[in-house]
Amino acid sequence: MKLQVNASQTWPQISPVGLSGLLVRFGDKLDPVANTAAIACRAGLEAENWPEVAETASALASVILRIDLAVHDEAALMRRLASWLAARNWTDVALPEGRKLWSIPAVFGGVYGPQLAEVAGLGGVSEAQTIEDVSETRLRVLALGFAPGQPYLGFLPERWDIPRQTGVTGQVPGGAIVLAVRQIVLFAGASPTGWRQIAQTSFQCCQPGSAEPLPLRPGDEVRFVPIAEEDFEKPVWSEAIL
Amino acid sequence: MTGVLDVLKTGPSVTVQDMGRIGQLGQGVGQGGAADKLALAEGAALLGQDIGCACLEMAALGGTFRATRDLRIALTGAPMSVEREGETLRWNAAHLLKAGQVLSIGSVRSGVYGYLHVGGGLANAPVLGSRSAHLLAGLGRMVQPGDQLPLGTDPSARVGVTLEVADRTKGGNFRVVETPQTILFDPDTRQRFFATSFKRDARANRMGVRVDCGEAAGFSASGQLSLVSDFALPGDIQMTGNGDPAVLLVEAQTTAGYPRIGTVIPCDLPRIAQANLSAPIIFELVDRETALGLQRKADAEMAALASRVVPLVRDPRDIPDLLSYQLIDGVISAHKEPEAP
Repeated sequence: MKLQVNASQTWPQISPVGLSGLLVRFGDKLDPVANTAAIACRAGLEAENWPEVAETASALASVILRIDLAVHDEAALMRRLASWLAARNWTDVALPEGRKLWSIPAVFGGVYGPQLAEVAGLGGVSEAQTIEDVSETRLRVLALGFAPGQPYLGFLPERWDIPRQTGVTGQVPGGAIVLAVRQIVLFAGASPTGWRQIAQTSFQCCQPGSAEPLPLRPGDEVRFVPIAEEDFEKPVWSEAIL
Repeated sequence: MTGVLDVLKTGPSVTVQDMGRIGQLGQGVGQGGAADKLALAEGAALLGQDIGCACLEMAALGGTFRATRDLRIALTGAPMSVEREGETLRWNAAHLLKAGQVLSIGSVRSGVYGYLHVGGGLANAPVLGSRSAHLLAGLGRMVQPGDQLPLGTDPSARVGVTLEVADRTKGGNFRVVETPQTILFDPDTRQRFFATSFKRDARANRMGVRVDCGEAAGFSASGQLSLVSDFALPGDIQMTGNGDPAVLLVEAQTTAGYPRIGTVIPCDLPRIAQANLSAPIIFELVDRETALGLQRKADAEMAALASRVVPLVRDPRDIPDLLSYQLIDGVISAHKEPEAP
């Protein structure tokens, strides 16, 4: 039996996205190193402020540069991007400065976390231990997506590498805190989901009327503070600069 | 002069749209905006104003409207039946709606999305940098009867002009370039995909358009379910779990975990959005050089729309009360001496 070695899989990789941009990928699976690289790369490209680039954004393990490739020379931009990327070691970069640590109160279990017991069972621990694991982990905003301002948060300890449900929960409310694959999603609005709801918060991650309508940024950190059910409505989250 | 557009009746899916939101992709905000951006450009050309002006997008069914001031309007996109105080109006043209006159827009004759543009644009307050409703993202809402839509200031008075527009509602060939995930589909699957004649499915909205491949087996990628989520953009042809393809449109989620076999190039997207139910859809893989050439040509044509606007000459067949017109005024005889007064 011959071993197949795929030598082309070196990171980062650059590819065009349709005719509307370039994509830099730092891996083909989600891990903290690829995510750190994506967030740092996006910050670095924002600082470069290349005139051809309309917008940059980071996802879980990649960065997009929105560029009208019908107007700007694709090959030249790919070369410039490749040499810019080659000047840094992406397995050893720091997250950008000015990130925030959010303390967000949440009610675990009961009506606000109807699947807490089920999740605890899948993790092989008690409900109390589940709440402790989630609330004592400083979770990084890995990326925002699916809905405006909606964070994918990670990573929980290994035992929380539990799969999504095979079925879909018809609807969880906005503010629902759901768990799967060592990650947490905090829903921006009511939505169907394949993840299990363990808690809920009154914190809104999309506040269209406010001065800062999308408060969370990739690289920010979130700590969920367990509160009693009767305190659910009290908006007492706080933020600090990391 | 400003004023408002009174909404008297609406179809089930009428929203305010503009070019959408740029710059917030990393915060989960997709561009959104009008499903048919070419229709926005046509409206802007007809009214001689900026493409960024907000208008009403009407899916399948229009509504009844009345303005509190004299209002220039333009009608673009999927042609719909339309009357101003009982008089039929031409689609793809600019008209004057006098203060208090009623404009009735009925059902679509072909295509999906019709557009009502107003001189000066609609002036509702922007949310996250755009006036567009993005319902899936929870931004804005449907336009409803009783709404009073604020009107922007209109610096122009030109009406009675039209634009010759090619029909974009009948499907056809759609040019596609590869995505970073194309390689995840084996060569046989790719070849079969680009040789298949699809039909526009009934499952279609601003988020995406499903295409039906009839009896053909689904088109799955290897390792389909373990892909790390990545950016998804309008035009991406996404394979869902059961191998059914869907072309993502303006309200697609910003990231997707499903592999995308290709991306429809931007200049072909209005034809996807406007394709009639069951219209034939064939995806044609083109190399990047070809795709960029096609897009540049389309961009140049869009930029030149204003120069193609011509005066609206009324066809006698479009005049319902033709017999009531005094058509012989000013006719004189070459033989008879003028009568003495």
